[in-house]
Amino acid sequence: MNLLVIFISAALINNFVLQQFLGICPFVGVSKKVDSAFSMGMATTFVMVIAAMVTWLIYNLILVPFNLQILQYVSFILVIASLVQFVEMFIKKVSKPLYDALGIFLPLITTNCAILGLALTAVLKEYNFMQTLIYGVGAGVGFTLALVIMAGIREELELVDVPKSFRGAAITMILAGSLALAFMGFAGIVKG
Amino acid sequence: MNKKTAIQEFIKGLWDENPVLVQLLGLCPTLAVTSSAENGFAMGMAATFVLVCSSFLVSMFRKVIPPQVRIAAFIVIIATFVTIADRFLAAFVPDISKALGPFIPLIIVNCMILGRQEAFASKNSIGRSLLDALGMGLGFTLTLLVLSSIREVLGSGTWFGMQIMWKGFAPWGVMTQAPGAFITLGCLIAGANWINERRKA
Repeated sequence: MNLLVIFISAALINNFVLQQFLGICPFVGVSKKVDSAFSMGMATTFVMVIAAMVTWLIYNLILVPFNLQILQYVSFILVIASLVQFVEMFIKKVSKPLYDALGIFLPLITTNCAILGLALTAVLKEYNFMQTLIYGVGAGVGFTLALVIMAGIREELELVDVPKSFRGAAITMILAGSLALAFMGFAGIVKG
Repeated sequence: MNKKTAIQEFIKGLWDENPVLVQLLGLCPTLAVTSSAENGFAMGMAATFVLVCSSFLVSMFRKVIPPQVRIAAFIVIIATFVTIADRFLAAFVPDISKALGPFIPLIIVNCMILGRQEAFASKNSIGRSLLDALGMGLGFTLTLLVLSSIREVLGSGTWFGMQIMWKGFAPWGVMTQAPGAFITLGCLIAGANWINERRKA
């Protein structure tokens, strides 16, 4: 399994949002403007990559040797929650402009199921450290891509007369459906 | 807001504050596991179990948990019950457990469950929290059941695995895949909006 295949498969073919339904809440909530969608995507990618690495280390260096896999869920979610907090403080210290850009989106990421989903699938697929890292980057890029495309469509949608009952979440879901149809077209790119 | 009666506390989750259709919480599992009615139902029951148990514990300890660390405490409680539910499903219904895959552990980050702890169980008595959790869980399960029934009937012509469409019915394969999930849920939300507008008018 080479790394490029993992990357493309995570970003396009098995796009986290449109094919695996992970991270739908921010997808619906923060996809109204292209720039905030992009910031959210970047912040999520950042946390995803770090979380993927840290949870891999914890699972393989602590849980497996001590035969504690049953604590997997509890430990992963605690790690992710504290990681988000830590990343927030770190960015605030190191780069003020970046913090201002990402600021409000960071706490939201803890409850983004894409992060925990990523950590769990990486364990399930038995990726090694490097593969997990690339998988995280790919998933993050795919998440950002879906969010930005969606925000672009929704900016246009402001000018359109949508039937009253469909306004808001309903039309967003239907748009996501059409996007998912389009993303299904990537399915043949690589095998497996 | 005035105090609601016990019955109202229970009923509100079914429609007025339906977690999926009105509050738009817990959408990830809603979309992901509803390709067949059986999976949707199992997911609904698992989430209800976790919700009821964690509401009970959170409500019981609501005066002990310091407010600064409440979110972390809620998450640990939820994660514990999710682990129990996961082991239970894997032991008794391995097929369903396999089909739901990572979406059982993902109940932990289901915003519906954390949302109820934060908004309700941490402020109300045990009895009220249990009623609230039961109502919300039931509302969630029912929505999942409707959504997954539509998708299974149209997408494979079956319901809970039984053949119910006529012979020669060509299944709409797309309904069991990602686009079908999004579009069906979109239509359901729009339908709920439409009914609510009618009721108000």
